[in-house]
Amino acid sequence: MELNRRDLLRRAFRTGLALFGSAAAFDVVRGDLLAAGVPKAAAPRRAMAVDIARCIAAGDCRECITACHKGHNVPSIADTKREIKWIWKETFERAFPDEAHEFTRQDLKGKEVMTLCNHCENPPCVRVCPTGATWKREDGIVMMDMHRCIGCRYCMAACPYGSRSFNWSDPARVLPVKAANPGYPRRTKGVVEKCSFCDELADTGKLPLCVTACKTGALIFGDLNDAGSDVRKALAGRYALRRKPSLGTGPSVFYLV
Amino acid sequence: MLEKALSGSRLYWSWMLLLALAAAVGFAFYLLQVRDGLVVTGMGRDTSWGLYIGQFTFFVGVAASAVTVVLPYYLHDHRVFGPITILGEFLAISSVIMCLAFIFADMGQPFRILNVFLYPSPKSPMFWDTVVLSGYLALNLLIGWATLGAERKRMPPPRWVKPLIYISIPWAISIHTVTAFIYAGLPDRHLWLSAITAVRFLASAFASGPALLLLLCAAVERFTSFRPGREPRAALSLIIAYAFTAHVFFLILEFFTAYYSGIPAYRHSLGSLFFGADGGAGFMPVMALSAACGAGALVILLMPRLRKNNGAMMAAAVLVFASILLEKGIGFVPAGFNPSPAGALAEYVPTLPELAITAGIWAAGLLVLSALFKITVSVREEA
Repeated sequence: MELNRRDLLRRAFRTGLALFGSAAAFDVVRGDLLAAGVPKAAAPRRAMAVDIARCIAAGDCRECITACHKGHNVPSIADTKREIKWIWKETFERAFPDEAHEFTRQDLKGKEVMTLCNHCENPPCVRVCPTGATWKREDGIVMMDMHRCIGCRYCMAACPYGSRSFNWSDPARVLPVKAANPGYPRRTKGVVEKCSFCDELADTGKLPLCVTACKTGALIFGDLNDAGSDVRKALAGRYALRRKPSLGTGPSVFYLV
Repeated sequence: MLEKALSGSRLYWSWMLLLALAAAVGFAFYLLQVRDGLVVTGMGRDTSWGLYIGQFTFFVGVAASAVTVVLPYYLHDHRVFGPITILGEFLAISSVIMCLAFIFADMGQPFRILNVFLYPSPKSPMFWDTVVLSGYLALNLLIGWATLGAERKRMPPPRWVKPLIYISIPWAISIHTVTAFIYAGLPDRHLWLSAITAVRFLASAFASGPALLLLLCAAVERFTSFRPGREPRAALSLIIAYAFTAHVFFLILEFFTAYYSGIPAYRHSLGSLFFGADGGAGFMPVMALSAACGAGALVILLMPRLRKNNGAMMAAAVLVFASILLEKGIGFVPAGFNPSPAGALAEYVPTLPELAITAGIWAAGLLVLSALFKITVSVREEA
């Protein structure tokens, strides 16, 4: 039989497809077998609880903000339109628009609570990122790669909590090298940044900077999968709110009332 | 055929030089933005997208609207559009180029833009938008060039073009649908979070794009020997009339749900955009002008006698284009950030560099368009 060009290409394509298909099928089966053999240790689920009453009682305290922003080289920009913040104060009404009403309890009305990235279980920011520069770790921490980020700010439009900040100008102009913490990267202008739940500390079993800095014990950090963790104990004993729960984002930051 | 763009009258060269100058001014401001960062724009942490993304959205619509001449001509053999189909395709090419430029202008780290292809993210509508827009540009370049090249040689277009044309029809719908998906799936952004965002986009695109094409045809008739004739203009006018009426109807639907439901979050951004409710007065003049243009356009479009009058129809085309440019290209994107996640009002006013960069991209788009139209006209003059 004479083999012409078209037939050759056709056969090569079919053979390639068959080889590729069986290789893929083998991978899937093997993966399943391996997974079935080794029971996987449950990953921790990092979460925070904010004790609203204790936080409010501390008044003008800003220890957690200072510790976080200093540790992560967050420049302090006076212009609120362009400021960068990882953890900040928001009034109760603004943090919980669905909970506030005309007769909100006096000890909450107009009082400020700490807000930060909620490290959502189902984070819209991760869903929309066109480069995978923001992603969720197995332990629930929503990460941000400030060196892959192209600065499209889609994640800022997607985050319903305003937890993401953009470097509208070069942060080095506000935060000179000498003032910076050499242990944490600085960033360029034109990228998005946010709270990281101090992933580098969590990996070594340490508490986030804000939690360590808090003198009143208003910030509680721990593993939701561990019934004996501080965070689970706090949630077991108190009524807790989450911000905008109806959106289905599944925040990992709880507010103890 | 490119050489045909390089020979022309003194008027042609003056026009091209003027556009090149405007584009250069825009580029100079862009260099300023690259140096200092997006701080030179009016955007901020609450309104984190502004004029660039609004204009991008608008011109995706203009690009998609080529389908309003391509579909009748190729699918239904509607011969009337024969002379202007290529103009529609070339309008799509220059619009997509403008879209890509607006995206580039909006990036904080534009030189990392290839990360979109290095780390493809199929869950992100923005990733898909980049894919479908690049594909649409390639399709229209291939189709436009092949059909015009064949026309020059007085031959029927090559056979491989037909399947590409058929693919380009749903592809045109896809580019604007995916652009709508960038907005329509974001939690708590109620101006955008609507199932009809995509159809609203398509309706307004199929009104504003043909309106622009109608005006461009008039300009081509005025300055060249090329005479598309009355019939394609009448057919375009009818398309504009249907699409613009649909656009207005869809807008009314949004108002009904927002206001009748009484849910504050639904009403908030629409109310502040159109009526300055809850303090969003910044957009009011823009939206009032858009509504006035729209009302004027509707009167002309819905009265056959006026629509068939050339002067009145030209006025209607200007009004339709202006109304949708203001609503979709300026209002829709920044207003979607109202209220901010903390319930605050996010004010936004574009700055001079932002306006200059936007004008520069318009000039660059017009430059490409003028060159492509010049080639078309020269080829037709020879034939």
